[in-house]
Amino acid sequence: MRDPLSKTITTIKPSGIRKFFDIVSEMDDAISLGVGEPDFDTPWHIRDEGIYSLEKGRTFYTSNAGLKELRVEIANYLDRRFGLNYHPEQEMLITVGGSEAIDIAMRAMLDPGDEVLIPQPSYVSYVPCAVLANGVPVIIELKAENEFRLTAEELEAAITPKTKLLVLPFPNNPTGSVMERKDLEAIAKVIEKYDLYVLSDEIYAELTYLEKHVSIASLPGMKERTILISGFSKSHAMTGWRLGYACGPAVIIKQMLKIHQFAIMCAPTTSQYAAVEAMKNGDADVAMMREEYNGRRRYLMKRFKDMGLECFEPFGAFYAFPCIKEFGMTSDEFATRLLNAKKVAVVPGAAFGDCGEGFLRISYAYSLDDLKEALDRVEEFITELRAEQS
Amino acid sequence: MREKILSYIEKNSRVDLADLAVMLDMDETVIMNELEAMEHEGIICGYHTLINWDKAGVEKVTALIEVRVTPQRGMGFDKVAERIYNYPEVNSVYLISGGFDLMVTLEGKTLREISQFVSDKLSALDQVLSTKTNFILKKYKDHGTVMAAPTKDERIMMA
Repeated sequence: MRDPLSKTITTIKPSGIRKFFDIVSEMDDAISLGVGEPDFDTPWHIRDEGIYSLEKGRTFYTSNAGLKELRVEIANYLDRRFGLNYHPEQEMLITVGGSEAIDIAMRAMLDPGDEVLIPQPSYVSYVPCAVLANGVPVIIELKAENEFRLTAEELEAAITPKTKLLVLPFPNNPTGSVMERKDLEAIAKVIEKYDLYVLSDEIYAELTYLEKHVSIASLPGMKERTILISGFSKSHAMTGWRLGYACGPAVIIKQMLKIHQFAIMCAPTTSQYAAVEAMKNGDADVAMMREEYNGRRRYLMKRFKDMGLECFEPFGAFYAFPCIKEFGMTSDEFATRLLNAKKVAVVPGAAFGDCGEGFLRISYAYSLDDLKEALDRVEEFITELRAEQS
Repeated sequence: MREKILSYIEKNSRVDLADLAVMLDMDETVIMNELEAMEHEGIICGYHTLINWDKAGVEKVTALIEVRVTPQRGMGFDKVAERIYNYPEVNSVYLISGGFDLMVTLEGKTLREISQFVSDKLSALDQVLSTKTNFILKKYKDHGTVMAAPTKDERIMMA
């Protein structure tokens, strides 16, 4: 029989995170600091709108680009929160989570051989999406000493005549790193100089703790080069609703819409109605959750400091990325031993790229009580390790 | 600053002050002083425990009593409210807008205990015109807390 599979798909490795989850779910009193989604339920008034839309029988497809009402509300929201101006009908598309938007943006923009710059450590889907879009992923290894921000020098060094697109994943999963205005201004110059486009994944835009998030699209000359991707999952605790959006130049959105139309039709109708409510009346929920994450973030940093675990202060998302190089083992080994010895699940940094080796991703999307218990166990573990090693 | 402290301890009055200081990025002694000051000023009125008595297997009856009263010259409802709230078995007394004047909540061991209070004490007050006693059959949510078993974390490690 012939090989049923494409050569491309067989080269793509599955995500390395699930293996830990499978072990955790078998353990009775395991605590996880591993998940990448909010611990809050979707605010009730948003859920209620979803239920209401079902009761009203709004169970049909929406237009391919998404409910117009929702696009108008998102445009208002982006303006109100980040000073961005997008035309709800020509420059916006509602997608099935930010994930779909990443996929179709790359498929709409890349020709075979086009190089896509992907800073790592970062979310696991950029590389496979680039490969599936016939692009060539080129990794930029971010450095701990820069707090895992992307510098203009790093960017410029990675550019070749084939470079077309830069993925800009900030606030960052897994490092919690943010790019401030000055950082963005520095790379914007390079982007213009080399005539690049930017895929700016701003799914964590609402979760920043230093200053308000700045979108690269709000910088002069950048809007026409940027596909902004965001969604409701992290900001409004709506992961399971699978709803995101892409904003960008009409010429790109128009082509993305074709892929979306043929592959997806439209984002889930119920979710879209719920999201209208989230955009209209959800700002206070977001502020409450941000405040709560911020408290836990400070607590986490204090605990790391007390246990002598090296970690730069993360100002975005809900992750911290401590360094475990002093223990002389890989992040996978460390995470596996921690799980077996103390029943605490964390994600090895290497799951987010080779340069994540020597680090762990610790999520603080957990109640303070859970954090406390888990960190007590982590502290025990590293104390024992240090005793062993001395 | 006070509002931040208050909104934290309203949800969890047993929070460790050292932790609270870290979470709010404040000095622990500042928080301690503020708490003490707010206790003196009557802003913080107590640190109670929210108990699901049903689960504890203890019989308790709670009644919400709507009371219509005649306000008194010069002191409105305050005087009669005071006469009512001074009874230790009374949990809370609110002045209410609408069809009646005072909402009194009362906790007792038995129905009889509550009805006795209503007939012997509450209705016997001169200013009380009428009462309507509503017994609570089930508490779904109290003080912002849903009285159901804690839910399990169903999130999975995706990416």
